[in-house]
Amino acid sequence: MDKSAENYIIDDQDAGLFRVNRRAFTDPECLHEERRRVFDKCWIYVGHESEVPHASDYRSRNVAGRPMILARGDDSVVRVLLNTCTHRGSLVCRQKSGNARTFQCPYHAWTYNSRGQLVGVPGEDSYSDAFKRDEMGLASPPQVDNYRGFIFACFDPAAQSLYDYLAGAREYLDLVADQSELGMKIVAGQQSYSARANWKLLVENSYDGYHGLPTHQRYFSFLNDIGIDFKNSNLTAPARQQAVDLGNGHAVVEYQSAWGRPIAHWVAPFGEHRKEHFEQLRRRFDERFGPERARRICETSRNLGIFPNLVINDIMAITVRTFYPVSPDYMEVNAWALAPADESAEDSALRLDNFLTFLGPGGFATPDDVEMLESCQRGFANREVGWSDISRGMKREHPSITDELQMRAFWRRWNQLMTEPQLRRARKAA
Amino acid sequence: MSTTELPSRNEVEDLLYKEAALLDEWRLDEWLELLTEDAVYEVPPTDVPEGDSRNTLFIIADDAVRIRSRVKQLLGKAAWSENPRSRTRRMIANVRVVAAVGENILVTANFAVHRMRYESVDTYIGHYDYKLVRKGNDLKIRERRAILDNEALRPHGKISFIL
Ligand code: FES
Ligand SMILES: [Fe+2]
Repeated sequence: MDKSAENYIIDDQDAGLFRVNRRAFTDPECLHEERRRVFDKCWIYVGHESEVPHASDYRSRNVAGRPMILARGDDSVVRVLLNTCTHRGSLVCRQKSGNARTFQCPYHAWTYNSRGQLVGVPGEDSYSDAFKRDEMGLASPPQVDNYRGFIFACFDPAAQSLYDYLAGAREYLDLVADQSELGMKIVAGQQSYSARANWKLLVENSYDGYHGLPTHQRYFSFLNDIGIDFKNSNLTAPARQQAVDLGNGHAVVEYQSAWGRPIAHWVAPFGEHRKEHFEQLRRRFDERFGPERARRICETSRNLGIFPNLVINDIMAITVRTFYPVSPDYMEVNAWALAPADESAEDSALRLDNFLTFLGPGGFATPDDVEMLESCQRGFANREVGWSDISRGMKREHPSITDELQMRAFWRRWNQLMTEPQLRRARKAA
Repeated sequence: MSTTELPSRNEVEDLLYKEAALLDEWRLDEWLELLTEDAVYEVPPTDVPEGDSRNTLFIIADDAVRIRSRVKQLLGKAAWSENPRSRTRRMIANVRVVAAVGENILVTANFAVHRMRYESVDTYIGHYDYKLVRKGNDLKIRERRAILDNEALRPHGKISFIL
């Protein structure tokens, strides 16, 4: 076999060519390696602290293929617990969410408290002295940390801290988290959907400025119909937009919004009666951050990709979206809306309305994105066409949001993890 | 007590079956004629089926403007998720005329909507809650809420047609 066909990427910076081997989207072996080298090594988003607001609140969900519990203990500490009984394996939490001081395993009735400690074992006197109850609590991932309310877990005990891992992405998480003085919250209602496509196609799509106009013409004609004239707002003028490699595989595109933003960017379809209220909100941002940062928070949109599988798009509303591969050609997607915790009921309703015009599996845009990913995946069956091209803007000094710098930042990091020698690293860590 | 007279189940079934046929045949302009001017079309999220779209993130929460825009988009060429179009086939059953509240007539019905596309068959299962109103001789749809029993849109991926 041709040696180059074995590589995952071709990254020719002199010539300005970047190619991705389509095997990365189709090969079961590659997915097997991804689980070990990417998902078991990186910081993975679990949830937001607002999802368990009170002591003893919990939510159970699958994260990186594992059933986990996001649990706020009776001591108010938020923990991530692996949802498997240390006795013989059963799920100990079988509800989606709730408030409970204990988790009792249904199989033999071992009982854990809300901090994950094992507090009850029926017939405990049948165990030898070697059985230590305090070593048998629910396990946690080796590392769990929180950045401004976003909770992540990492299965590599030797991995760098979350703070360092997030690198340049912290600045963009701050632009989201700063939208409220009282903190942000996940709104009720989870969009649980899927795509018959490789998970990395959704990474690429989530910050791809190039596809906006062709894929989403129906959304832009809807904007036109409700009276937003985006054609005259020159979205790609260099001063108003940038694509940034944030390090560690994270990347972002940032640009002047064509649409209204419920945070403090009024547009006519929001209604004259809201104009003054929006100006008031905006003045508060000016006071808190000065006009330049206030403008950035309120008027620009951001599509942020946090390596490997978290997307936070702060666009006509804020969506937090995470996804995980079931097979090379099928992924599960979960998405939520994030909003200021102190937003009024009326503003919140407007935000959700604005969200649904574009986002989610019934919106005017996301279904077409899913369609495109699935269309690519079907195209990959032509194994004779072995490479995808991601070279756009490679020789430009300042690539624009319609170039492909974002994807190259992802792929370079992904390729590094997928090809670096593993044994040596493991030994060093030990 | 409401003074609105309840329609017969037959009359309601005729309306729901006609609606199903128009949607399956993609006669969406004619479907719009079954709706009132202020009609609402909602699909709640699978984890909060009883939610309120003003404080809960729905899958679909169309007001009158967005319903009409949705139809226009679907009948145009650029709704890629429905171009080429899905085939759909709706089974409507267990129709019940529940009550009258003011001038609204509350109706529920079960549905199984099969979507065929690219040789996959995905089935959406659930029930509808309708609010109907009498306009002259006709019953019109003021609100239709499609509440899914599916625990997630998996493997369906999306609701790109009118459910
Ligand atoms: S498996 Fe949980 S108590 Fe036995
Ligand atoms: Fe898109």
